[in-house]
Amino acid sequence: MGAVAHEAHGHHDDHGHHEESFVSKYIFSQDHKMIGKQFLMTAVFMGVVAMLLSILFRIQLAWPGEESEFLSFFLGSDWAPNGVLSEDMYLGLVTIHGTIMVFFLLTGGLSGTFSNLLIPLQVGARDMASGFLNMLSYWFFFISSVLMFVSLFVETGPAMAGWTIYPPLSALPTAVQGSGMGMTLWLFSMSIFIASSLIGSLNYIVTVLNLRTKGMSMTRLPLTIWAFFVTAILGVLSFPVLLSAAVLLMMDRMAGTSFYLSDIIVQGEMLTQHGGSPLLYQHLFWFLGHPEVYIVLLPALGLSSEIISTNSRKPIFGYRAMIGSILAIGFLSFIVWGHHMFVTGMNPFLGSVFVFTTLLIAIPSAVKVFNYITTLWRGSIVYTPAMLFAIGLVSTFITGGVTGIILADSALDIAIHDTYFVVAHFHIVMGMSAVLGMFAGVYHWFPKMYGKMMNTRLGYAHFWITLIGAYGVFFPMHFVGLAGAPRRYYDYSVYESFDGSTFEMMMDLNVIITIFAIIAALGQILFLFNFFYSIFRGPKAPQNPWRSNTLEWTTPVEHIHGNWPGELPTVHRWPYDYSKPGQEEDFVPQTVPLAEGEEEH
Amino acid sequence: MAKLFVLLVIILGVIALAQLMRVYELSSKLTNKKENEITNRDNRLNAKLMLGFMLFLFIGFIWLMLKYGWTGRGPAASVHGEQTDWLLNLNFVIIIIVFFLTNALLFVFAWKYVKKPGVPAFYYPHNNKLEMVWTVIPAIVLAVIIILGLRSWNEVTDDAKDDAIRVELFSYQFNWNARYAGVDNKLGKYDYKLTDDASNPLALMTTETIDKSIELMTSGPNGIEDLEAKLNDPKLVFSDKIRTEMEERLARKEQLIRLLHQMKARHTGETDKQAMDDFITDTLFLCKGENYEFTFRSKDVIHSAYIPHLRAQMNTVPGAITRFKLTPSMTTQEMREEKNDENFNYILMCNKICGGAHYNMNMIVVVLDKAEYKAWWKLKTEGAKDPANSKMYTTFPATFGESYYKTLQSAQEEMQKELDAAKVAEEVEGEEGEDAEGGEVEGAPAA
Repeated sequence: MGAVAHEAHGHHDDHGHHEESFVSKYIFSQDHKMIGKQFLMTAVFMGVVAMLLSILFRIQLAWPGEESEFLSFFLGSDWAPNGVLSEDMYLGLVTIHGTIMVFFLLTGGLSGTFSNLLIPLQVGARDMASGFLNMLSYWFFFISSVLMFVSLFVETGPAMAGWTIYPPLSALPTAVQGSGMGMTLWLFSMSIFIASSLIGSLNYIVTVLNLRTKGMSMTRLPLTIWAFFVTAILGVLSFPVLLSAAVLLMMDRMAGTSFYLSDIIVQGEMLTQHGGSPLLYQHLFWFLGHPEVYIVLLPALGLSSEIISTNSRKPIFGYRAMIGSILAIGFLSFIVWGHHMFVTGMNPFLGSVFVFTTLLIAIPSAVKVFNYITTLWRGSIVYTPAMLFAIGLVSTFITGGVTGIILADSALDIAIHDTYFVVAHFHIVMGMSAVLGMFAGVYHWFPKMYGKMMNTRLGYAHFWITLIGAYGVFFPMHFVGLAGAPRRYYDYSVYESFDGSTFEMMMDLNVIITIFAIIAALGQILFLFNFFYSIFRGPKAPQNPWRSNTLEWTTPVEHIHGNWPGELPTVHRWPYDYSKPGQEEDFVPQTVPLAEGEEEH
Repeated sequence: MAKLFVLLVIILGVIALAQLMRVYELSSKLTNKKENEITNRDNRLNAKLMLGFMLFLFIGFIWLMLKYGWTGRGPAASVHGEQTDWLLNLNFVIIIIVFFLTNALLFVFAWKYVKKPGVPAFYYPHNNKLEMVWTVIPAIVLAVIIILGLRSWNEVTDDAKDDAIRVELFSYQFNWNARYAGVDNKLGKYDYKLTDDASNPLALMTTETIDKSIELMTSGPNGIEDLEAKLNDPKLVFSDKIRTEMEERLARKEQLIRLLHQMKARHTGETDKQAMDDFITDTLFLCKGENYEFTFRSKDVIHSAYIPHLRAQMNTVPGAITRFKLTPSMTTQEMREEKNDENFNYILMCNKICGGAHYNMNMIVVVLDKAEYKAWWKLKTEGAKDPANSKMYTTFPATFGESYYKTLQSAQEEMQKELDAAKVAEEVEGEEGEDAEGGEVEGAPAA
């Protein structure tokens, strides 16, 4: 390794340090590949935590009020007296589960891991535009992860106002105990997270725009890069708005301002704040919150585009339409946030504008889906674990996407807003799709990350358990929601007093859901085992294990600082020349010059 | 002991898995198998599983639909709700078709086009005509959905008719109250600063309540005088924390009392009558076929009034008023017959996270027929005929419709007993349960 690295450094002197110490290599590394792995490790840890939290509250929902050793083991006597989850902690678990999953696993983890790993490798750059900022981005992410994790152990509990932390609930410690120290930590953690995300995103944008290798025009970029690029732009434009929302909330909490508070009496205490509007917060929050959905989703779609094309041994169908859809989705995602607010008392006319823009997003999404399906058509599909996950993603993207049409329709949203129908919808379309996409990415690029292969059979088992488990969890939720079950309820047996048949249905389905959730969670042990086992003991990876076209597979298996020994590769074609007629192999790497008379595509 | 056992099982499981991996590794070394070369057998297996999964998904969906229906909450019980359901069903037909069609295409292709040795993939990078088709067709379908949806939305959110009965729904941690506008059908003015949990929980504004609030704030318990006296009393010793809190409270009260005096100066008393005949209930009584305009108010945090059977929902926002109009179209009795459940009740639930007992914050909604409602209304408003003589908050017992409430109460009491028996240790929860029963407003002193 060392020898190769030195050789590489001989060719370019901008990456100064020749002797890498343990600290500079594994901890304060400025190498994008190492930073990507650091993001992944942190995200895996946070993901496991968030998943565990969900199991804890699922147990309460399925068997409300029953003693559980599992609960008392994890939560102790304060939060689960006699093994029964406390009401407040239930909200705390729900809140932190949502926050970690959305921001730490699917934003930091997904974008952080794969943008870092793949942007330089796939555009043909030695590293990110700024290695130092990149390192800073990870360490901010790490600090914010630690803060968020620590908030679980605060005496008054973690934030309990839902992951959207709507004020006034989140602003008043007297309204719920989690709005004390827990909420303060939440706000600080998220502020640092936003800084991390901004630094990262700016770096990604600059790298994609400026550091593409010779011949790598924008229309020769792999779709992964397009997705990361648009994601980064969305992040840069929307995360600062969340920061402003958080700062105003901090001021309401600490400085006695009334941005979000007005005419409130809480716990018998009459507050003097007057003239603020909780709706202001919601507008600010969802101005990030909706693009955030696509910040989570687009990288997953980008990864799966690459994986589906590679493993179908076919070019991705409608490359330019795919880019167009990514751009259209990115643009539209900024003008749809109001669909989260149809029943908040927002002006109904404004609501109808948001109905229109929201439903428009279905068009580019449909284009993407049909393009994926057509890519499979008459392909020669190789079922690597990554391919399975990518196909699973397309399925959940469809299944979760279509219910979005109902929720985007304000007249129908009145009847199902904030019910389990919504929970089912966004868990499938955003949660599952992004998680499946992330798994696909890990299985596909694991050889690039660690130079080892993951076990295929365990990957298969992991996929099928995950897919069945996840569908088993979220599919029945639609029915619970249609029956009118509000989300974030601690105990649905309240139904017993006014609607017996619905009560029975909810209890039945809640048990089914929890069982599937436990199965799916146990299935992840296979992944964790496979992942860590393979890092240390997996068989050595060949240079181009999936016979893929993109540039990262032209780098040596052993990681070297600067990625390519010698000159940077030159690109001559788009990345999707699979099974091109007249070629010997069923793939033609981007570095192969066009033969005489060969059309580009 | 059990924990140890579980731990042991997990450890043994991991070791077993590791050993299996080792065996697998050795055998693949022997057969020269590489992880990145997927065998035809594996490919075919996964292809078949894809098809199998599609069947699992589809059959599971159909089973759930047959068993639970797609609106498990029964028929809509409001006029606009019937239209909502019609539209919901139409949309469902569309998305279910899309769901089946695209998922079927996906999984069938995934099964059919699995790698077959010797059969190359078909190089097919794009086809503008095809792409046009699946851009335009969704666009047309969506146009229909948008037009129908917005038509319905405009009707639902349109202004209420002038003769609509005005009711205010008031929310606080963790209960609901309804305030009826009384005979004049005009809701009296309010201001949160006039709130007094004992005599004026909904903060209605009359000359009397303003005076009372000023008095309470000045010389009531924990009023300004009281606080000043305590803070200046050399015999009392407070910790820093408590002293700061008291000082802050005093500062707040001093600010509020100035505002109250301003209010008093501006208040003419013209609107007092509107407030005098308002009455408050802890159950929402509605009349079938009447138009209602609800206004929503919150005392503390955001709540949301969600009446699933009436297909109605609106957030309550502190510091602002929100509105929703509806017309009930089925009485509670009719719905009970429809659902074949004599204990059934319409319910108004809180549907915005609002604190620990969020899940337990609801209010029974009773829809009566015209005759029943008239009788109930008469009973409620009789005392308010001459507002000058009557006191605020007529608190006559509501005999009509109360039977509905009674059945519920007894059921709730029974459940409470069971719960209490189950967890004797948890006194805290029991107290919260009592709070949720409400009744404090009905029982408010009439004087």
